[in-house]
Amino acid sequence: MYAYDDFDADFVRARVAEFREQVNRRISGALTEDEFKPLRLKNGLYLQLHAYMLRVAIPYGTLNSRQMRQLAMIAERWDKGYGHFTTRQNVQFNWPKLQDVPDILNALADVEMHAIQTSGNCIRNVTADHFAGAAADEIEDPRPTAELIRQWSTDHPEFQYLPRKFKIAITGAPNDRAVTKAHDIGLRMVRNAAGEPGYEVVVGGGLGRTPMIGKTVRDFLPKADLLPYLEAILRVYNLAGRRDNKYKARIKILVHETGTEEITAMIEQAFVEQKALFAGPPEDLLARIEAAFAPPDFDNTQSLAFDRAQADDPVFRSFVETNVTEHRNPAYGIVSVSLKPVGGTPGDATADQMRVLADLAERYGHDELRVSHEQNIILPHVRKPDIPAVHAELKKAGLATANIGLISDIIACPGMDYCALATARSIPIAQQIATHFDALKLERDIGPMKIKISGCINACGHHHVGHIGILGLDRAGVENYQITLGGDGTETATIGKRTGPGFAAEDLIPAIEAIVETYLDLRHTAEETFLDAYRRLGAGPFKQAIYAETGNARAA
Amino acid sequence: MAREKHPQIVTANDLFEGDVIYLTASGNWSRDHGDAAVAHDPEEAERLLAIAQGQPNRIVGAYLADATIGADGRPAPVHFREAFRTRGPSNYFHGKQAEA
Repeated sequence: MYAYDDFDADFVRARVAEFREQVNRRISGALTEDEFKPLRLKNGLYLQLHAYMLRVAIPYGTLNSRQMRQLAMIAERWDKGYGHFTTRQNVQFNWPKLQDVPDILNALADVEMHAIQTSGNCIRNVTADHFAGAAADEIEDPRPTAELIRQWSTDHPEFQYLPRKFKIAITGAPNDRAVTKAHDIGLRMVRNAAGEPGYEVVVGGGLGRTPMIGKTVRDFLPKADLLPYLEAILRVYNLAGRRDNKYKARIKILVHETGTEEITAMIEQAFVEQKALFAGPPEDLLARIEAAFAPPDFDNTQSLAFDRAQADDPVFRSFVETNVTEHRNPAYGIVSVSLKPVGGTPGDATADQMRVLADLAERYGHDELRVSHEQNIILPHVRKPDIPAVHAELKKAGLATANIGLISDIIACPGMDYCALATARSIPIAQQIATHFDALKLERDIGPMKIKISGCINACGHHHVGHIGILGLDRAGVENYQITLGGDGTETATIGKRTGPGFAAEDLIPAIEAIVETYLDLRHTAEETFLDAYRRLGAGPFKQAIYAETGNARAA
Repeated sequence: MAREKHPQIVTANDLFEGDVIYLTASGNWSRDHGDAAVAHDPEEAERLLAIAQGQPNRIVGAYLADATIGADGRPAPVHFREAFRTRGPSNYFHGKQAEA
């Protein structure tokens, strides 16, 4: 893992000290709220519905056991004993007090963490494939690039006042697990004809009120050109992006209004200028970053324990089916720990659970943990013979839910249970769906299914790319939920299509059930997934099932 | 259809704790929606809001919210968002519901 050098450590400490003074000045009255708000946001501090909320960056989703234990300590000492892992690979504390926040930030700095640029109109926490460095399908570990981008973008003087927030995601694998096409910039590692690794650069993706799939502006960018090329994109956006209308200020609107060809020409022109000025990052820094992400010393000892446990224990076998993914090293597995217990809050972990995860990472996982954008925790490197023991410990901690990729593995934003921007609740909908399909015992039969729920049009719950997407709205003072179908956040990214009028909360679960029943009735074989069936059948039969058969009675 | 006109109350978040607070008739703040001062006309509502906004070092984000008067004569929220703010989240017994 990347370890802070003196520069990083001093910078983060200085930022904590600066913020402590800013908090003091707010409390003394020397700063008004209008003056203080942009300062607190740049340090991750929001004021939400019931309390302040602190959003802590987990750069490219990677953390070690010491950091996870510190999150547990913070949750217990300054919050209500839990943390919420988000779709942006951040962790949020929902109940901090204003005066405690500088101390929390100091405790984060103790373990090389921070909340810098987790909000505001700047380059946000860089996200990456949560299987980075472990995936069997990977060209290269994308995290050295992500760390380089983090260093380049942190406190970058030119990009502190962008027209709007700016999100970069990177994947090192052709199977896109980082939703790169729905980011302001998506980087996808590819090889050129000579076999050298570089990046396909995708610009102008995004969800929110105007969902867009990003456009490829460069099929192959050599690795050495990355930073001047990013500077070129950001410079074009910073100068030409709209500042007259908050809702048209993201780069996706600029790309859409300008056209892919024209924006590509503008970027390439700016790139020529940037590259001439650009000395490039120092070689020793690049080498240090690369070395920090070197693969762990894998232990390739063979054993039959893994196969034997699967043969003997059906619960373990079912866990392996959904929660263990092939590792690049055949002696290892990638273990996904679901933070979606049936009826629980997607993405939440208690302090005790965080400590269990930290212990398991330390004991069995080369001290590495990941946060996925799907709000689960990953142990990326576990020896196969150790997976039964890991599973046993997870079971004791209530963390062994075997549902990764299934209908109860739901993404949900905090919604109106916490968020000041929300127009409806998300969490209770996720809880009801998971509980309902658990009772029907249909989950395994339904197979791969991504349900994603947002509590407002800003789409933090990625509903546009859910196979079934749910958007909570306020319709005349009542919570109302629109359904989209056919969304896809992978390399075949697609924006889902709205079925029609929305549903009241109590009518939503029957509608979801009708969609699922329609799929089960019409699929060719059990191997045809919901998304494949939807693509073959179109929206017709699903709309028929949720509207016509009920005589529109439940549609609002 | 014209929207029904409701009485209004002033609500905000506490600067230090961040929790939901309501302006009372004495110009003070309560954690309880029922203690809120009620404005029955726009002039009174603006007057109450100005009192709240005169305390920027104690509160954040004061605004007017519609209320109804319950059988006990105390104001209650109209919109579901304001109802949630009187309780806390629905997934855990945290916030006001746990403090009452």
